[in-house]
Amino acid sequence: MAAAMPLALVVLLLLGPGGPARAESPRDSLREELVITPLPSGDVAATFQFRIRWDSELQREGDTDHYFLRYAVLPREVVCTENLTPWKKLLPCSSKAGLSVLLKADRLFHTRYHSQAVHIRPICRNARCTSISWELRQTLSVVFDAFITGQGKKDWSLFRMFSRTLTEPCPLASESRVYVDITNYSQDNETVEVNPPPTTTYEDVILGTRRTYAVYDLLDTAMINNSRNLNLQLKWKKPPENEAPPVPFLHAQRYVSGYGLQKGELSTLLYNTHPYRAFPVLLLDSVPWYLRLYVHTLTITSKGKENKPSYIHYQPAQDRLQPHLLEMLIQLPANSVTKVSIQFERALLKWTEYTPDPNHGFYISPSVLSALVPSMVAAKPVDWEGSPLFNTLFPVSDGSSYFVRLYTEPLLVNLPTPDFSMPYNVICLTCTVVAVCYGSFYNLLTRTFHIEEPSTGGLAKRLANLIRRARGVPPL
Amino acid sequence: NLLAYSFVLSPFSEQFFRSGHTNNWAVLVCTSRFWFNYRHVANTLSVYRSVKRLGIPDSHIVLMLADDMACNPRNPKPATVFSHKNMELNVYGDDVEVDYRSYEVTVENFLRVLTGRIPPSTPRSKRLLSDDRSNILIYMTGHGGNGFLKFQDSEEITNIELADAFEQMWQKRRYNELLFIIDTCQGASMYERFYSPNIMALASSQVGEDSLSHQPDPAIGVHLMDRYTFYVLEFLEEINPASQTNMNDLFQVCPKSLCVSTPGHRTDLFQRDPKNVLITDFFGSVRKVEITTETISLQQYSEMESSYKEDQMDEELMEPLKYAEQLPVAQIIHQKPKLKDWHPPGGFILGLWALIIMVFFKTYGIKHMKFIF
Repeated sequence: MAAAMPLALVVLLLLGPGGPARAESPRDSLREELVITPLPSGDVAATFQFRIRWDSELQREGDTDHYFLRYAVLPREVVCTENLTPWKKLLPCSSKAGLSVLLKADRLFHTRYHSQAVHIRPICRNARCTSISWELRQTLSVVFDAFITGQGKKDWSLFRMFSRTLTEPCPLASESRVYVDITNYSQDNETVEVNPPPTTTYEDVILGTRRTYAVYDLLDTAMINNSRNLNLQLKWKKPPENEAPPVPFLHAQRYVSGYGLQKGELSTLLYNTHPYRAFPVLLLDSVPWYLRLYVHTLTITSKGKENKPSYIHYQPAQDRLQPHLLEMLIQLPANSVTKVSIQFERALLKWTEYTPDPNHGFYISPSVLSALVPSMVAAKPVDWEGSPLFNTLFPVSDGSSYFVRLYTEPLLVNLPTPDFSMPYNVICLTCTVVAVCYGSFYNLLTRTFHIEEPSTGGLAKRLANLIRRARGVPPL
Repeated sequence: NLLAYSFVLSPFSEQFFRSGHTNNWAVLVCTSRFWFNYRHVANTLSVYRSVKRLGIPDSHIVLMLADDMACNPRNPKPATVFSHKNMELNVYGDDVEVDYRSYEVTVENFLRVLTGRIPPSTPRSKRLLSDDRSNILIYMTGHGGNGFLKFQDSEEITNIELADAFEQMWQKRRYNELLFIIDTCQGASMYERFYSPNIMALASSQVGEDSLSHQPDPAIGVHLMDRYTFYVLEFLEEINPASQTNMNDLFQVCPKSLCVSTPGHRTDLFQRDPKNVLITDFFGSVRKVEITTETISLQQYSEMESSYKEDQMDEELMEPLKYAEQLPVAQIIHQKPKLKDWHPPGGFILGLWALIIMVFFKTYGIKHMKFIF
């Protein structure tokens, strides 16, 4: 890469003739990229990824077992600008320069889909893994609805999506790129025009299929030369064909069935649509304690026959302490639907444990599916340092499959909810009954009535009566 | 030395040391849930916006919003909360930080924030780390009545609890001066019971009166703000960090003709005269700078840097970095089952077996015992 070469030369010069002659990556490095994928429906998916890598000075003794996993999940969290603000503060350039100027909350939340993530992981720097680097990756994915954001027009541009254009790269970034997926729309066919025309393209096998990307490098000074800003535009010459999008090899669905507020059944459907390959899937379920699972009713069926998992781990729940944890490795046969179902009973919570709006229901966190899905096109082993970030989020050394982590939908179940207005109703009713029944008796028993003689009246009354007799009106 | 300098100090120095506080905090609470209480969230966010604009940083603001209006599915313009109709002013902004959200806004959490009795695992942004030189602004809004304020439609805080919380704060020296503003129906009842010194209180309506909302927006479909806070926001928009407006102007901000209810205030517990108290004493942030003539020498870091570079060169950087395997299927399947430690049976199981053995020997006779031992 052109940008890296001068850096390497400069480092060599600094080290002088005595030092070792090899190129080294900077100690703390930031790479940022934006991937724009037009979807067959006309929507546009945009994914930001920022990677910060730094070396840890600590030396570890030996190879520690890093397979201990703690899993915690909050089933429902409203994501809004208040979540984006601390996420943006982790970025070195914040929202001042580079790709992060596009992160404007009022556009990012007016989308069909929004997802933010922070991944931290250690990377071994030598074979024995005694010295490590830390990698912090922040990803943000949005899907813009063509009709809401684009006002019905299928042409899109960076300005229309984000209400901003790119002006300069982040000075702290060693790489800052925008990739546009042009796999289905090649320039020769005259279906689509990408403006400004890309200087380079990148081709690779991503998620099992061969894809082509137009690359715009913000660090390339020729890119933002003329108008001081980069506004990528995609114009459709011909309207896009309405073809059905390809079905992914692995997808899943989850639902609660049953009736009433006592029992229910939790079912997960796993679809393997690959025509001839079977592959294993790791299913992780974390169900809150107030859905008491009956593990003896756990059934896994594929194509009508029972399917025994290769590995199963179940940790029962403890009331108010920890949720159920069920982890299974299931072999999905080719071209089949596997149903994993388990029955549960709903618990009655203590009245202080209900949320202020308990009739809305309680959320159950989604199941997590991890799988190595076989690719349609085998990928050749890549140099992970050189490939773009979206290829190395879940890198797989063997090119014949790619790693996928799926989340099913979160569920909403109603628990038996007491009527919280009852204490008030009871107080009103009892007080009324007591006041009417006992009160009347009390009054009858303790009150005495005296008859009072009316007073005969004074002088004024006699004068008034005199005048009234004169007028012919009856006396007082 | 200091005395000699005091003669040449400018007249602004008197004002510099007038108020006696060194830092500012704000605790802004919206206690209502559900979409039709949009205006309470807009109230709190307008005060948040003004307070931030006048200099108080996010680290010194504890913002508690009981429900999410900005990204509510019923909001036609996501990530916005408007205060004026025709969507003129988005008080939600672009860099809002909410500390307590949704179900976390409870009476218990509010009182814990005020008194500082917080579990040790609470993050810093959720704490009120004030000291005895802090001026604190406390703004509360929601639905209230005579002597109480409703939290999230499920619990209440009474004026006596609030007064006791402020007394705890005084005894723990957690504030220098406190400004309490409340915008609810019968708001004046909430400050009737205060008995700690240095508290000034404002309310949007007297006991027996309702605080009214300002104007609905036809596109959003709900009332956007309450009247009292709407006029307070308009008043605060005129204030900048250097302005000299004092509290007496804040007391007059909403006359009965605009607000329909009668705003009230209470200053008997406050030691200074309200006309000497600047608005920026509570709504803005104070940056008191102390100039010193001492110098501090920084250590040389060069020897540390060179040893750092040596470590770097020793490593084998030529080997490519290795990510861990994403799904090690073989390792998962061939895991040895963990041997659980055997514990002797206790309690119920032990009693049950003892009973079974007793019944057995009773039925079949004691002669079988010798075969056991």
